[in-house]
Amino acid sequence: MGQDVKVDRVIDARGSFCPGPLMELIKAIREAKVGEVISVYSSDSGSKRDIPLWVEKAGHELIGVFDRNGYAEFIVRKKR
Amino acid sequence: MFEYIKEVNCVVEKLAIVLFSGTVDKLYPVSIIASGAVAMGMEVDIFATFWGLNALRKDMLTTNTKISKDFEDMSQAMMQLMEQKNVQPWYEILKKAKELGNVRVHACAMTFDLMGMKKEDLADFVDDVVAVGEFINIAKDAKITLFI
Repeated sequence: MGQDVKVDRVIDARGSFCPGPLMELIKAIREAKVGEVISVYSSDSGSKRDIPLWVEKAGHELIGVFDRNGYAEFIVRKKR
Repeated sequence: MFEYIKEVNCVVEKLAIVLFSGTVDKLYPVSIIASGAVAMGMEVDIFATFWGLNALRKDMLTTNTKISKDFEDMSQAMMQLMEQKNVQPWYEILKKAKELGNVRVHACAMTFDLMGMKKEDLADFVDDVVAVGEFINIAKDAKITLFI
């Protein structure tokens, strides 16, 4: 469940509403180096659709989406 | 700053919004939709006119609690709910969208003159004062155009 992936940065965007978590992720990806892994925690129901869509469109890698207790964790690798 | 946009699209797509309303319930969708457009690699041009421009006065940002007449009776409850759930003010959402992408906020020249505004009366995120012809010129290539 993504435990074997080393996460370089965790963004806790729980409590933030759409499109907050996505915007936080975009900012973090921009600041990261290629190859780095970002994990975003989100309790916003829009993230489940928008984050995978953005990751694909922007050409990064969605390592996984995990249902945690009351929120979702998105693990993304910067590819470009 | 705009590297991501250039990377994703060779020809950058555009969202144009005419912001006419000055009530908070309409200012939110403007800033949220603008954020979504930036996230999806689009540029955004907002033309703020009449009540929309009035809402962009520096002193209006934090004091404006008006919502649409139809929903007036729910205004207080809505404001309380948003505060309780820590929803960011609409202008903070817009500022974040501006930091992340190419969002330009244009003040309508006609309203600006009519209401006797000065550039320093307006929020810092307002880019320029633009006449309607120029806005149409900016908006004519937009993929999406909204009147809010």
